[in-house]
Amino acid sequence: MTSPVITVEHGVVGYDGRPVLRDISLTVTAGEVVAILGANGSGKSTLIRAVLGLVPISAGSVTLFDRPLRRFRQWARIGYVPQRLGAAGGVPATVREVVASGRLARRGVLRPPGRADRSAVDAALRAVGLADRAGDPVSTLSGGQQQRTLIARALAGQPELLVLDEPTAGVDAASQEAFAGALRDFVTRGGTVLLVAHELGPLRPVISRAVVVHEGRIAHDGAVPDPAGHHAEPDHDHVHPHCYDEPAGLWSN
Amino acid sequence: MELFQYPYMQRALIGALVIGLAAPALGIYLVQRRLALIGDGVGHVALTGVGAGLLLNRSPVLVAVIAATIGAIAIEIVRARGRTSGDLALALLFYGGIAGGVLLVGLSDATSANLNAYLFGSLTTISPADLTTIAVLGAAILITMIALRPALFAVSHDEEYARVSGLPVRTLNLLIAVATAVTVTIAMRAVGVLLISALMVVPVATAQQITRGFRSTMAAAMALGFFAAGSGVWVAATADTAPGASVVLVAIASFLVVAVAGAVWRVMRRRTTPTAAPTPEPHEVVLS
Repeated sequence: MTSPVITVEHGVVGYDGRPVLRDISLTVTAGEVVAILGANGSGKSTLIRAVLGLVPISAGSVTLFDRPLRRFRQWARIGYVPQRLGAAGGVPATVREVVASGRLARRGVLRPPGRADRSAVDAALRAVGLADRAGDPVSTLSGGQQQRTLIARALAGQPELLVLDEPTAGVDAASQEAFAGALRDFVTRGGTVLLVAHELGPLRPVISRAVVVHEGRIAHDGAVPDPAGHHAEPDHDHVHPHCYDEPAGLWSN
Repeated sequence: MELFQYPYMQRALIGALVIGLAAPALGIYLVQRRLALIGDGVGHVALTGVGAGLLLNRSPVLVAVIAATIGAIAIEIVRARGRTSGDLALALLFYGGIAGGVLLVGLSDATSANLNAYLFGSLTTISPADLTTIAVLGAAILITMIALRPALFAVSHDEEYARVSGLPVRTLNLLIAVATAVTVTIAMRAVGVLLISALMVVPVATAQQITRGFRSTMAAAMALGFFAAGSGVWVAATADTAPGASVVLVAIASFLVVAVAGAVWRVMRRRTTPTAAPTPEPHEVVLS
């Protein structure tokens, strides 16, 4: 159970010549639940996007399941949960239709969905507690429920590795609990998880290792660090004002 | 209905019905990826192909298919790169296409009536050979769009996720681009290059006002496109109006009817069933 699932060696990523990741080396082995922590803009989302090949690395190497990223084809082994549902053009889609997309990696483009696909979609919907919303348009769901839809989509493909980008950002408490439960089940069955988080919340007990990214480098790799300062108080309600100073604009008076 | 005893009217009707089914089946993917106007741009480029065909005495439809396909692939490449200058590149392509078409048609010995037939559609010009082309290509588009729906839906809905699923994203995007070019050119005779985009987009816009899912939207849009094409051709034949314009106006009238009926229905339902106040989500931030 110690075979490496993800290996990044001296990874460098830059956007338009501006380096975002400077020298990242990271190994995730099977069965681990690794949280990537860091401030906004530290490069933590870029790190998982580079692992998935969504942004190119300019130096270093990425290996997935013992295969270089460039030659990796077994995408069904990976379930990806993006931060937000893409801004679709307004054509309605039901929760079930979105979750069913998760089967494509396993089924391929040409084969029509069969019984195994349907039961996997049902199981994924149950795992995140959205079975009763399967026929509803995703646009009528709350932010947290939409996030659970995306997790169900990843789970429907029955992956070995889940990669999640800020799965709990802006998600209500009930959805966070449902998500933590689904993640626990996934890990119990032997799954590996790499997730980006701003704060861990109810996920904390599930995480086996934390990696802190700071200014494009890994600043900490090991036990989950304790929250600092007032964040550590038990009744601390994590509040981030999105805008400290509402500018007095044209429309306010 | 006597008019439909004439073979050319039957051909016009069958051609329009095929396009009425195929155009929304493709258009739904274009609407979903916010490319509702792409058909218009491809139509402009197709016109250059028509001009070249008329000038060279080749089949204008065939040359238009080639020109439109090249144009659609160029647009897709610009889109995939995601550069901000993309819309300027598209503008160049659109205006270049229509200017080239008008210029080339002018150089050939075709009349302006000839140009009009391609711009706005002309029922009487559909030959048996044209109808075969329309039927075969239309059926191919229809089958592809329906058979590949899960993959095309995934790519249009969330392209990054599709990429991480290992789907052939670039191939699927090019497939949609080529299908757009083919649809535009086969619809040219019935609706005209300037109005074909309406038949791809308006039935989808109408359907999505009342549907809940992607599959039901696609089915409803195809039914609406079929209805608009059929009744538009009938109006054009009986009232002697321009066919393309008639089809599009029927489609837009359906949109308005559904929009008004939907609004009335929602008001009625609100009056009859006192809805419980929606339970608000717990606040994520403390409001002071």
